[in-house]
Amino acid sequence: MVNIWTIAKREYKLYYSSPVAYMIAFVILLVLGIFFYLNIQVATFQQGYIPSIQNTLIPLATMLVLVTPAITTRLLAEEQRLGTIELLLTAPIKDWELVVGKWLGGFLFLMTIVALTLIYPIVLNALVEPGIDQGPMVSGYLGVALVCASLVALGVFVSSLFSNQIAAFATTMGVMVFFWWIIGPIVQVSGPFGGGSELLSYLDFNEHFFGSMVNGIIDLRDLMYYLSFTAFWLFFGAISVEIRRWR
Amino acid sequence: MIQVEGLTKYYGFRLALDNVSFDAHKGEILGFLGPNGAGKTTTMRILTGYMPPTSGTAKVAGFDVVDESLEVRKRVGYLPETVPLYPDMTVFDYLLFMANLRHVPEAEERVDEVLEMVNIEDRAESYIAALSKGLRQRVGIAQAILHDPEVLILDEPTIGLDPAQIIEVRNLIKELGKEHTVLLSTHILSEAQQVCDRVMIINKGKLVAEDTPEQLQARLTGAQRVSLHIGGEVNGIQKLLQKIPGVSNVTRIEEGVFEFETKPGQDPRAEVARAVVDAGLDLLEMHKIGMSLEEIFLQLTREEPKPPELNDAQVDEA
Repeated sequence: MVNIWTIAKREYKLYYSSPVAYMIAFVILLVLGIFFYLNIQVATFQQGYIPSIQNTLIPLATMLVLVTPAITTRLLAEEQRLGTIELLLTAPIKDWELVVGKWLGGFLFLMTIVALTLIYPIVLNALVEPGIDQGPMVSGYLGVALVCASLVALGVFVSSLFSNQIAAFATTMGVMVFFWWIIGPIVQVSGPFGGGSELLSYLDFNEHFFGSMVNGIIDLRDLMYYLSFTAFWLFFGAISVEIRRWR
Repeated sequence: MIQVEGLTKYYGFRLALDNVSFDAHKGEILGFLGPNGAGKTTTMRILTGYMPPTSGTAKVAGFDVVDESLEVRKRVGYLPETVPLYPDMTVFDYLLFMANLRHVPEAEERVDEVLEMVNIEDRAESYIAALSKGLRQRVGIAQAILHDPEVLILDEPTIGLDPAQIIEVRNLIKELGKEHTVLLSTHILSEAQQVCDRVMIINKGKLVAEDTPEQLQARLTGAQRVSLHIGGEVNGIQKLLQKIPGVSNVTRIEEGVFEFETKPGQDPRAEVARAVVDAGLDLLEMHKIGMSLEEIFLQLTREEPKPPELNDAQVDEA
């Protein structure tokens, strides 16, 4: 456990010495700020329109899909490029501790950015009478955290396969886009006739978030989906590091 | 401290290590000598638990490198060939990170202590990216000795350093060898000669010879090198010398000066002198020259004797 924390701490700190992380935080906050402003603006001239926190959470989740690869791609690929993987694999730590530590570092950094966006519900709460609906906010942020955990886990796994960051980035992006945007339309088109569509619709990353959590529904199936998604990729990340030894 | 038996490693179908066995004792500096690609790094990576062997066993400090990998890794300090450093960390932060990974008690004090040992305490707050190659090497060594390991494994510790830095690092290794078991690899022979208590020569994955540098030299000085200075018309003398029993590898150094090797246990100098005089030439000088470890190494690890055409060409030239 101590080892996981040692690794996570180094990763987390390192984000602050790279411009990439600041740019990502800047872009996310800027875009959300614009959406937030427009949201309020619409409410001022449109009767009956209630500005809601979903208008912040939905673009936030979407942007996370786009920026997470930039955060995770470095995690293990960089160690391989620098040769420092040799250092970590000969230190007295287990392979899974290394992988989980890397994941935790990336996850905590994303959570820091997400925490900064809490300013929007706080401001919105002050603006609307009698305050915003707390349910969707709590479940929405829980959803965002789970989405982050899942995406970072996938990113760590992909990062373990490469020593080239660009390749890791592109692959992570590809797989994420597949889970996020591609499965949904496939399910819709194949409909009830397509074989295994139930499985496919369960795998649809998008549906578990936009279909329920963002609307204030906390369903055990959705929690299980994200948690098992995270565990799955972390497990294969550890396997991938282990396989590296045998090559 | 280190016991290796029948270690074999295949990379795919390529045999990198072929049935290597050796021991290293406590407080010994053991040198691993061999050309590039001989299997030095592979052996070290197996001993540090970085990767498992295909077959054979290795024990470090009494623990098996495969079954008790974590115990082995706790007791080994390792400096890989490409020094594994994070360029975007400061020297102090990097060493502190490594100390924490290795559960070093009172890590910060220990880092200061080690920085002093390798003489870079004034660069503690520098970013590693800004350090010269020699300083980086010292950070790498600092990283390897942080947890006061029983066994130190250093892969080419002096590669890429300038002469002054090389001497410094060698002295540091000698100092460390007093308390630790050190296994170091090198392809520079004089280094092995200067630093090591015992040398193993490895080539193409096979252990070719293992002895103290002095004994290794003695064993091979049975094959003596002799320098020969001949006056007169020396054309053809090389071919003539080659035919004398006990003489091998006649080479022309410069006009009238030749060197040859005697076969172990034979002393053909009298015959050589006679042959030169019988050929109507003047024997001006003949003396033995000691064989350096460098030559031993070359002889041991040479793929095959020089192709005969080359010798003929030299003869014609002479």
